[in-house]
Amino acid sequence: MNDRVLVTGASGLLGRTVVQQLLSRGERVTVMQRGESGLPVLQVRGDIADPEALSLALEGVDRVIHCAAKVSLNGPPAEFRRINVDGTSALLAAARACDVHSFVHVSTPSVAHLGRAIHGDGAQPADPGRARGQYARTKAEAELLALAESDSAFAVVAIRPHLVWGPGDEQLIGRIVARARAGRLFLIDHGYALIDTTYIDNAASALVAALDTCQANQGRAFVISNGEPRTVAELLERICRAAQEQPPTRSVPASIALRAGRVAERLWGESEPPLTSFLVEQLSTAHWFDQREARSSLCWTPAVSLEEGFARLADSYGTRVDPPSTATSVPVT
Amino acid sequence: MEGSRTVRAADFTGVERQWHLLDSWRGRIGTPSVTLLCVHGNPTWSYLWRSLVSQAPESIRVIAVDQLDMGYSERTGIDRRLADRVIDLGNLTSELGITGPVITVAHDWGGPVSLGWALAHRHQLAGIILLNTAIHQPPEARAPALIRLARSRPLLTLNTRLTSLFITSTTSLSRVARGSLPRMSKADADAYLAPYDESARRAGVRQFVADIPLEDDHPSAHELTRIAEGIRELGDVPALLMWGPDDPVFSDLYLHDLERRLPHAQVHRYEGARHLVIDDAPELVRDLLEWVAAGPALPDAHVASNEPSTLNDALSARHLDSSAALITMGETGNAHSISWAMLAERVARVAGALEEAGVRRGHRVSVLIPPGPDLICSVYALWRIGACAVIVDRGLGILGMRRAIRGAAPQHVIGSREGLLLARTLRIPGARISMRDLPRLIGDSAPAEMHATKDDEAVVVFTSGATGPAKGVIYRHRQVAETMNLLASHYSLGAQDTLVAAFAPWALLGPGLGISSVIPDMDVTRPATLTASDIAQAVRTGHGTVVWAAPAALRNVVATSGSLSDDDRRACASVRLLLSAGAPVPLSLLEQTAQIFPQASLRTPYGMTEALPVAEADLNAIRAQGMGNGVFVGAALPGVEIAIAPLDDRGVPVDDLTDTREVTGEIAVRASHIREGYDRLWATNARASRNLGWHRTGDVGHLDEAGNLWVEGRLAHVISTAEGPLTSISLEQLAILNGAVNAACVGIGPLGTQQAVLIIEEAGPSHLLNAAESDRFRQACDFPFAAVMRIDRMPVDIRHNSKIDRLHLSAWASEILGGALG
Repeated sequence: MNDRVLVTGASGLLGRTVVQQLLSRGERVTVMQRGESGLPVLQVRGDIADPEALSLALEGVDRVIHCAAKVSLNGPPAEFRRINVDGTSALLAAARACDVHSFVHVSTPSVAHLGRAIHGDGAQPADPGRARGQYARTKAEAELLALAESDSAFAVVAIRPHLVWGPGDEQLIGRIVARARAGRLFLIDHGYALIDTTYIDNAASALVAALDTCQANQGRAFVISNGEPRTVAELLERICRAAQEQPPTRSVPASIALRAGRVAERLWGESEPPLTSFLVEQLSTAHWFDQREARSSLCWTPAVSLEEGFARLADSYGTRVDPPSTATSVPVT
Repeated sequence: MEGSRTVRAADFTGVERQWHLLDSWRGRIGTPSVTLLCVHGNPTWSYLWRSLVSQAPESIRVIAVDQLDMGYSERTGIDRRLADRVIDLGNLTSELGITGPVITVAHDWGGPVSLGWALAHRHQLAGIILLNTAIHQPPEARAPALIRLARSRPLLTLNTRLTSLFITSTTSLSRVARGSLPRMSKADADAYLAPYDESARRAGVRQFVADIPLEDDHPSAHELTRIAEGIRELGDVPALLMWGPDDPVFSDLYLHDLERRLPHAQVHRYEGARHLVIDDAPELVRDLLEWVAAGPALPDAHVASNEPSTLNDALSARHLDSSAALITMGETGNAHSISWAMLAERVARVAGALEEAGVRRGHRVSVLIPPGPDLICSVYALWRIGACAVIVDRGLGILGMRRAIRGAAPQHVIGSREGLLLARTLRIPGARISMRDLPRLIGDSAPAEMHATKDDEAVVVFTSGATGPAKGVIYRHRQVAETMNLLASHYSLGAQDTLVAAFAPWALLGPGLGISSVIPDMDVTRPATLTASDIAQAVRTGHGTVVWAAPAALRNVVATSGSLSDDDRRACASVRLLLSAGAPVPLSLLEQTAQIFPQASLRTPYGMTEALPVAEADLNAIRAQGMGNGVFVGAALPGVEIAIAPLDDRGVPVDDLTDTREVTGEIAVRASHIREGYDRLWATNARASRNLGWHRTGDVGHLDEAGNLWVEGRLAHVISTAEGPLTSISLEQLAILNGAVNAACVGIGPLGTQQAVLIIEEAGPSHLLNAAESDRFRQACDFPFAAVMRIDRMPVDIRHNSKIDRLHLSAWASEILGGALG
């Protein structure tokens, strides 16, 4: 009997948290990623575009949460395409062949972010032609592919969590704290832009909720967030205080930061530069979203408030907990 | 484009021509309840009506034609005259088989064509809607300069055929003046231009301009006159005139010409909108469809009762009384006094002089005289004649005054020297009457008799404009009399009382109430300049028993109370009643005022330009209430009913009223003294009067368990969050208690999912408070504001110097929080 959930990209923070939430409600879970997930579940290590690895991972699976993606500010375009587009395409084909009935595709609001301020919009259609940067463009293409596959037998829903963060997050929190520690964190345009963020547990619970409501919402995309937008300045200040670092005081005009970002992209080439024009745009453009439709359609509300999230973040720094110990892979029959 | 189609129909020569039109019923069968036949002017095309076509409800058919040789209709090469176009349009509607009721809708030079069609189709004509058009040159208007320029021979061809200047200048006649709105988008401007992209396709534009009959022997002059005179017979056809008053081509003069021909027409002027009023005023289409949906009806015929007005009764009754009616305090403490007998005599003589100058019953007269005896005398003289006083105050600002007076369209202006100078600067219409000429006019005329009836218009006064352009509010004599009756009975005002009127509007009411008035030495337009000594001197001189002062004046009186002498204090102790209205009065200010007037009952009447007073609280009640959700304004006055229109999820008030306690919604009032209506604002009026007999105030609030009213702010300022509507006053009060000098809470983002932002008045390097300071306000207000911002100075209105322009603040916050690259 097929009743397992496959979670791809489980070595990342979001994938790992989703697996934990699924386990805590008694689901049987398979994970698939390239490295070691460290989770006590059935594990298939392999590349997302590898059909053999996929068919192994999909054994006994009727539902998929697809977190795997290349998330980076810069890099070789071919690599973004191979993982984000081709990988999604391969997974969709394999999943359909294995009689999967529900497929949650993890996407990003940047698939529809064209560089303008967003004040309370709903989820706009993904636009690969105009999205900013390799990551957003390939994710936009992947989302369109995924939603185009959706029908009543194979229901696909795209979830776009907005700026996921939480304890143990190296992508966003880790970088901010490292820069603050080095005294190299500054505000762009006073940090005025109002932006939505999503505490990690809420992002994960939204994916689980999307899995449960997949049939009713098939073919649709939702932006999800904490629904508590804050200014960039306030978010950076709270993150720094949680990590016991000095919050940024200097402010740089956005136009100068934008130019610096463009220069850095050229200098750093395909390795990861400290600043990119995409990052500058993200930090100096409002983007917060209308959450009513997502909450009612997914039957979901965020359980962890921003305030509680920052308290937990402070705990994670204050108590200096070591990274979670690597658990062994437990074979599941 | 939505509904785009082509139809072939014979033109006036019998040759079949291809028409392009927008038809909201394209492809549908069945019978609409009514068809809107829309005719554009020159040089637009059916694109003008695109929103009407797309927003029309199912049951209504909208047909918007491109006239022949215009838009995407056929280029015929024939010089079409007005009469020809009327026949062309009739042939088209026959071809379309439109047999049911039709409402004609037209703009610009589409007006005459559309009205020509209307006269030829009386049997199916259900209504007339006209937007910025003309069917006649009013005698006072020369042909609009822009048209004359375009019509001049050398320019005509160059301008309309060889270049597309005429078209681009028409689209640029849009939106320039409405500062808060974006200009017409490039996409729209390009769309207007699209059918006229080459010179050959613009021949119709040139021909249309050439067909404007500016001379009597013009081939179309006869047809235009026939139509212009013919519509005088359409008194039984409902009509709606929708106007952009800032149109440099078809100014208000053309609107007034149409009003004279269609005196029953309902009118809405979209303040700030220009020639392309439908593009400048996005709400126009909604208003138009509401008018149509309501089933156009003739306005209730006003049954004039012929009952004589009572506004001058007190003056007449005391015409032999030599005691003081008006006392004006001078700078040095000396007082100028006018007895009842003198005032009654003077009012009758000034009325005679004004009649001599041409003022008649039913005329509107702009009064540009500083507050004082001359103003009072002129207003009572106008009331004697039955003319209507148009009264503006400097609090509207120069531009606001200009808009207000021009909108009211007075036939005359009475002014002091400065007043008439101002009238000239502001280019206010109307015959001039100088105060300096009054003595001569009085010499030439007999005192006037009382002509006014209770149903004559008495005044047009203006709202403060805190939420959009100031609106003209009309009161008839009966409503002014009811206001006086309410004041007299509720405050037991009698001949034994003297009113110290430190609040400009109320200085006018003394002679009507039959009580003496003292006007303190102050600039009534700057209430904050009134000192404690000024008021004490006025009280002592006139034996004042009742004081009416604005909150800003009270603040200064309290601040200067140290200079009061013992005599002054004794005089102040004789005041029995102190009233303060116009803006919320903080409890602390009332407590301090009570120290100066120990025997007085301190009361804060609540009301608005459209109805004053409505409710009232006194110091003791306010003290007993303490903090709550909003400002406590107390119980309804006798004869006044208060009800609430609850807000829906998005913060929009519902249709039905309730008196359920603790429900927040738009406050509605019903009483005999509320305004007649808004001037030339049909849609505003329809909304404010949608519950028969009630006035929707535009304020939000609730009734508490005891039935007392609490005001929570303005409807336009309600924050529409995903959790429901949020009113801001109590949050702001808490922020101020927590140390903010001044605070405003505004919403940003779309209705239904707005975020609340708190803005406090404070100087600082950044517009954001840091996280700890922000949290302090979040905790004090018990509300999770998305951001707490600071601004150097709150934008406030001029009249009260206290109403924060929250719409402006919301746009400001939204722009900053949008980020530099947003």
